[in-house]
Amino acid sequence: MKFVTCPHIGKRALSEFTYGGELRVEPDIETVSDKQWTDYVFHRHSEPKTQQEWWYHRPTGMWFIFTRNTLTDLISQVKVASRGALHEA
Amino acid sequence: MPLRLLKYAWKKPEEEPRFFPDEKPLKKAYDVVIIGGGGHGMACAYYLAKEHGITNVAVLEQGYIGGGNTGRNTTIVRSNYLTAEGVKFYDQSVKLFEDLSDEFDLNIFYSTRGHFTLAHTDSAMRTMRWRAEVNKHYGIDSEVVDVETIKKDIPYMDVQCNGQHPVMGALYHAPGSVARHDAVAWGYARGAQMRGVEIHQKTQVTEIKTQDGKVKGVQTNRGFIEASKVISMVAGSTPRITKMVDMQTPIEVFPLQACVTEPVKPFMNTIVVSGSLHVYVSQSSRGELVMGASVDPAELHSTRSTLDFVEGLTDQMMDLFPFTSRLKIMRQWAGMSDITPDFAPIMGKTDLEGFYLDAGWGTWGFKATPVSGKTMAYTVANDRDHDLIKPFSLSRFEEFALVGEKGAASVGH
Ligand SMILES: Cc1cc2nc3c(=O)[nH]c(=O)nc-3n(C[C@H](O)[C@H](O)[C@H](O)COP(=O)(O)OP(=O)(O)OC[C@H]3O[C@@H](n4cnc5c(N)ncnc54)[C@H](O)[C@@H]3O)c2cc1C
Repeated sequence: MKFVTCPHIGKRALSEFTYGGELRVEPDIETVSDKQWTDYVFHRHSEPKTQQEWWYHRPTGMWFIFTRNTLTDLISQVKVASRGALHEA
Repeated sequence: MPLRLLKYAWKKPEEEPRFFPDEKPLKKAYDVVIIGGGGHGMACAYYLAKEHGITNVAVLEQGYIGGGNTGRNTTIVRSNYLTAEGVKFYDQSVKLFEDLSDEFDLNIFYSTRGHFTLAHTDSAMRTMRWRAEVNKHYGIDSEVVDVETIKKDIPYMDVQCNGQHPVMGALYHAPGSVARHDAVAWGYARGAQMRGVEIHQKTQVTEIKTQDGKVKGVQTNRGFIEASKVISMVAGSTPRITKMVDMQTPIEVFPLQACVTEPVKPFMNTIVVSGSLHVYVSQSSRGELVMGASVDPAELHSTRSTLDFVEGLTDQMMDLFPFTSRLKIMRQWAGMSDITPDFAPIMGKTDLEGFYLDAGWGTWGFKATPVSGKTMAYTVANDRDHDLIKPFSLSRFEEFALVGEKGAASVGH
């Protein structure tokens, strides 16, 4: 079993989490073009890389942002999801 | 008998013809380059040569023939999908599969077993009825059956599922089959090669060269190859290839795992799938139980296996087949599944002239091997999307015209 150490809740089994996809910035709904909206809704850059991702911790109902490499599966950073975290993406 | 045996032993051994002739050196240019030597790549090469007379073709495979998802899948073939587009497409494939052994003069061990998709909830029953109606409308043998029928056909299954989630009924699809996956790739490869196609193993495409919005050729670990038509048929490696041409798709790659038990006496002739429990099982001709589940929880470009997978799968499997608690798991493995948001493939021409895509095969693409090869060959030969694959074009996402193939769901196969 894989474990991950998180702020506030400490060391937890990865199986307690649900993957929420890559962290991406939502375009401004007022100014977005159809093409940009399609890209945001559907299109992905799913080649192997290090990316920031949403992970939901089911027992506590908290959302975290993991920095994970999708080739090696190594998690290099964990932080609590917050408005600030979104803008840094 | 012993005399005949002796005579045979003294006879000079006959040279077995090689299944594949020795590889030729790479040429500087081909009419068509196919990236990926899995079932799809081989089938496309075969039909290009056989049906369209295009033989100046190279299939480039970074590893060995069929070493990708083709050689890792659990080989379920069926056509009881949910959408009209899906049903028509997969039905063609089932029909092609049925004749392949004869066509190749090679036994692909195509074995028609019957396929049960179990329903454990009211809503699952509703979906089964819906699927059965769509299927029947298109002439597919598909019906909803009750628990008594299930008990009779799958005698060792606990329909009460340990009291946890009793089976309420199932969608039954008589043509559901399994086949020998390697043989499908080999048969197509040999047939293509006999007609002049070149297959180059250990040849990896590292770059795709374009000029003025047109494909010019591919860079490989063995040098540059000129070609004005390049087809990407690389399943779980698709995002790496589309990145080379700066193209975005909705594909995300998730590992899909499977395993087999030690062999036991034949006790189950059918294929059993449970969407609610996220497991499926069939018994191979060797007696092993071939089992799989849904994709791993997060995106990953790796074929590593995990204990979590076997634990989760066997936990559910023991509810369905209690006696399996005594069986040992012999082998487990994984492949990389290229998943799309509507569980339908992405096929056909793209915005880049000369670049064709056959991808988004996720957990369901083995059954499509013949028909995707055939329709992609047509598409490339005529530079026009074949009618059957029009609904699967990459542009459907921009046009918000998704296919909604829930019948494929990640565990449906
Ligand atoms: C565990 C598992 C179970 C499955 N079960 C079923 C099932 O029961 N029924 C079903 O219908 N489907 C099933 N599938 C899905 C099915 O296996 C695939 O959709 C199908 O085999 C895809 O075939 P392909 O030829 O497109 O890809 P592959 O067989 O993966 O071939 C692609 C090839 O491209 C090569 N390649 C990649 N990048 C490059 C490069 N840059 N240069 C050169 N070569 C490259 C790879 O080495 C690979 O050999 C399953 C998949 C898995 C993993």
